[in-house]
Amino acid sequence: MSVSSSPEQEADPRQQRLYWRVANPGLTLSAIFILLVVIATIWPQVLTAANPIAADPLQAQLPPSMQHWFGTDHLGRDVFSRVVYGARYSILIGVSAVAIAAIVGTFLGLLSGLVRGLVDEAISRFLDVISSFPDLLLALVLISFTGPGTINLIFALGLASVPRFARVVRAQTFVIAKSGYVEQARTFGLGRSVLVVRHILPHALAQVPILATIGLGTTIIQAAGLSFLGMGPQPPAPEWGAMLAEARNYLRVAWWIGVWPGLAITLTVISISVLGRRWQLAFEGRRPS
Amino acid sequence: MSADNTTAFEQSPSAWFSRRRRLKRNSLASQILVRIGSAIAVLWAAVTLSFISIHLAPGDIISLLIGEQLRTPEIEAAIRLEWGLDKPLQSQYLTYLLRVLHGDFGRSYILQTDVSGLVLSQMLPTLKLTAAALVVAVVFAVASALLTAGRRLPRSIAGSLELILISTPSFWLGIVLLFIFSFTLKIFPVAGDRTFSALVLPALSLGLSLGAVIGQVLRQGLERALEEPFMLTVKSWGANDFVLRLRHGLRHAALPAVTLAGWLVGNLLSGAVITEAVFGRPGLGRITVDAVLAHDLPVVLAVAILSAFTYVVLSTLVDVLYLLLDPRLRNQNAEAGH
Repeated sequence: MSVSSSPEQEADPRQQRLYWRVANPGLTLSAIFILLVVIATIWPQVLTAANPIAADPLQAQLPPSMQHWFGTDHLGRDVFSRVVYGARYSILIGVSAVAIAAIVGTFLGLLSGLVRGLVDEAISRFLDVISSFPDLLLALVLISFTGPGTINLIFALGLASVPRFARVVRAQTFVIAKSGYVEQARTFGLGRSVLVVRHILPHALAQVPILATIGLGTTIIQAAGLSFLGMGPQPPAPEWGAMLAEARNYLRVAWWIGVWPGLAITLTVISISVLGRRWQLAFEGRRPS
Repeated sequence: MSADNTTAFEQSPSAWFSRRRRLKRNSLASQILVRIGSAIAVLWAAVTLSFISIHLAPGDIISLLIGEQLRTPEIEAAIRLEWGLDKPLQSQYLTYLLRVLHGDFGRSYILQTDVSGLVLSQMLPTLKLTAAALVVAVVFAVASALLTAGRRLPRSIAGSLELILISTPSFWLGIVLLFIFSFTLKIFPVAGDRTFSALVLPALSLGLSLGAVIGQVLRQGLERALEEPFMLTVKSWGANDFVLRLRHGLRHAALPAVTLAGWLVGNLLSGAVITEAVFGRPGLGRITVDAVLAHDLPVVLAVAILSAFTYVVLSTLVDVLYLLLDPRLRNQNAEAGH
């Protein structure tokens, strides 16, 4: 939560370089994996030539081989290509939902923190009510009104995680508005709008991208969970959670259908957390431990 | 955790934007009353929100509640009577509020049954699952914190394990466990809720990731406690390391972990929805998923209100317990005027 970084905590540059190179293969691996996921999201054809939804009953449930790296599913579709194309769903749903949460949450948080008084009270109580429902259940309630589907899933998940952003931005705005340098800027006779835009906003918003990165992992897991329940993209879309729901029924005969999509989700989320935490440490000016 | 932060921020003497009036709330009893009052207010707002959402939903209430069912004049009349649709909105709202207060969540016209009865009948399997998962989570967290706090190598191993567990979707963990222990080793049953052994895998897949989160908080708390001066005193009595951690450290470390209780139960409940689907268990999660897919709003809202109720009651209990246990908080909260 600290806004300023203290210089004496900064690692010396040589040590830092060494740290990057040797001591933290996890960071490098995470970065490489995220790069792969991004490529799969934007340009899946680079990674696989197979069609993710082309069924071939004669090739059903083949174990992993040179031809089908991850095997084939119960309809004879290539699992590797489905996992690669699936990145698009998970990443886009996750990123869009987090973007909605971040935008709405930041707006409410700023409004609450700057206007204060009755507005703050109203927004805070509203957030209290929203967060008395568990995230996933709130998303389910929203979906029960709108019906399942990719867009509905994005909005449901996004709105359910608004409080997370709103609370942090509100608290941050309070701290900064009371901090010494804003006080000092005020003694220069700066107007309120100048103070807000030039001195408060940049710092109040500084945490939002980090919060979004760390929240992205949770959101991807939740999105996959809701798709697993049939609330998201409908078959034959190669979404990771939906693939696992299908795999659940064929586990006895074909384990490989149930392994790769889950591994893809887990590795993506781990990589995002590792990078997000590193970023947070750097932001707080702490030495990575 | 953000709640703690807000409290901390508001302690400092008000400057600038802050015009919050500060009430004198020094007595313990009145503070507890304030907590309970705000809990009731949140619940009231949650029920109101669900009333509003039904009215704001696209389409009229009758077709919303009937869904795919055949629309007969009798059913229509029944819905009109139940929701008081012929009366003004205020009295509809009042009727709804009173009904929920009496534990009556209306009728599901899609399943053609009373919602309260349905929810009650499905409560037990879900309670069993969440309780078992809670045990898994607490045992994992306490063991991992006690054994690894302040020890370099074990600590980083446990940290990595926790990162993996937190990042693994519970339903995938469930599928992997099913494959290994049910299909391959045939130790545990594949589905259902008939025997105790049917509870093991669902509890593990639901509880482990939560255990990892609590474990992290607990370890941090324990490490902080181990550095306190009083630990040196206890060591000088000749207490061995394990007793030191268990009897003296854990007590201090537990406080921040207990704050997670409300969050934890919310997570258990929504996690149960998915876990029940993976393991084909009966329970609240199962009826929730079916209700969401069938647009059966009374059932969905009943489950949502029930879980909000559980969450609010538990977190209020934790708050009050805190006030009783830690006298320092009383003054702080009086200052914060929350």
